[in-house]
Amino acid sequence: MASYSTNEFRGGLKIMMDGYPCSIIENEFVKPGKGQAFNRVKIRNLKTGRVLEKTFKSGETVEAADVVDTDMQYLYSDGEAWHFMHPESFEQYTADETTLGDTRKWLKEQDIVVVTLWDGVPIAVTPPNHVVLTVTETDPGVRGDTSGGGGKPATCDTGAVVRVPLFIDIGELIKVDTRTGEYIGRVKD
Amino acid sequence: MSPSSRLPGAGNAVLNQRARLRQRIRAFFHARDVLEVETPILSAAGASDLHIDSMTTRAGIGRDELLYLQTSPEYAMKRLLAAQSGAIYQLARVFRYGEQGRQHHPEFTMLEWYRPGFDHRRLMDEVDALLRELLTDSMKLQPTIQWTYQQAWLQTTKIDPFQSSIEELEQYARTQNIEMAGQLEDKDAWLQLIMSYCVEPALPKATPVFIYDYPASQAALAKIRNDIIPVAERFELYLNGMELANGFHELTDAKEQRQRFEADNKKRIAAGKAVIPIDESLLAALPRLPDCAGVALGFDRIMMLSIGAKDICEVIAFESI
Repeated sequence: MASYSTNEFRGGLKIMMDGYPCSIIENEFVKPGKGQAFNRVKIRNLKTGRVLEKTFKSGETVEAADVVDTDMQYLYSDGEAWHFMHPESFEQYTADETTLGDTRKWLKEQDIVVVTLWDGVPIAVTPPNHVVLTVTETDPGVRGDTSGGGGKPATCDTGAVVRVPLFIDIGELIKVDTRTGEYIGRVKD
Repeated sequence: MSPSSRLPGAGNAVLNQRARLRQRIRAFFHARDVLEVETPILSAAGASDLHIDSMTTRAGIGRDELLYLQTSPEYAMKRLLAAQSGAIYQLARVFRYGEQGRQHHPEFTMLEWYRPGFDHRRLMDEVDALLRELLTDSMKLQPTIQWTYQQAWLQTTKIDPFQSSIEELEQYARTQNIEMAGQLEDKDAWLQLIMSYCVEPALPKATPVFIYDYPASQAALAKIRNDIIPVAERFELYLNGMELANGFHELTDAKEQRQRFEADNKKRIAAGKAVIPIDESLLAALPRLPDCAGVALGFDRIMMLSIGAKDICEVIAFESI
């Protein structure tokens, strides 16, 4: 199993920590005068998403994590498993509801998403920054009314509920920022 | 060479500031009759400290032995003092293997000076005077604080570093959310960890803080004073979370110094590190070393404070290797 020494630590490096695959966010070299040097590291647990801080003695080694981020095409879901396909190898991968988490409300069939593989198994899925969704349910707004501040909720084909302007109708296409869940604009066919 | 090829290191303003500070340093010592010297960077012997590693090279002369790049000009300067140079100072380029970070660069500039007839307390006052001269244009400094190592701990963590056991230190670290990956083998390692993570950040801001009288186990080349709790006559200077200087009332006992070097090498072997040849010419000179105090000040870190830099690369002409 490959390993890294603390002097190779940098943001983005994938290491194993307490049995979890993690990504280094920040690495700080701390050295008291005439004393032992330490590496103070901020790490993201790629399975749980939690961020933690760990201190290593400088010179220590850690196990490398076999973690790869790959572009894949989202195929479909049967409610229990979500299916993805590598566009070049045509290899298929499945992920369950827990792994998907909130991401499932942004997935549209055929879209390209980033799948994080650990030892070849999906542990996380990241949607593109923006998606185009179809509004399937919403209260009718007054046509031409652009003055209202609050907007109204709209349910989309993926199941996502987004706050939209009053003039958006059922059947319309909207662009949404998946990072914030916010309506960006209307998309003309 | 165009300025852009120097980026993201220092631009002209920083180069000018560096020159300005060096001028002030020279004027400071000239006024005090301290002589500027230059000593060799290369030596067949090196620093044996467990936690410092040296770069090595060969010169292709004589028996082409392995040579060490200095981690500090200390040994050579002490030999000058033993040959009756009187008070001396040096702006030396020093080299450390495996040290890189926001405040660490593998090669950096150390201002080091020695005062025969001073003890560490008197030298602290001189360091304070120089610091204020160098930073007076760039920062508003509060009155200087001088705390013993014990006082500094009590003021910030409420823990007595001399009375605490390893377990108590470990426990305290946990309450401060310090997550240690792996084990720390001795009390000094825990003291140093908590010092860096808890004591230093809690020191008053914009205030030069001198911490002196260190645990005897962290003496390095300082005299040990046998009080009820033996302490090392050593001091460090902190300002805004940065460690700027490390000074000693220098050890002049060659026998004890040799024992410390040998103990260092034993620790190095235990840690799987290479043994460093002991500097016999230093040991031979020690009996003639006048009673003196010496200090090493990180010039690049002073520069960082003077221009408000967040990373040492901002004050060095070219970005690191």
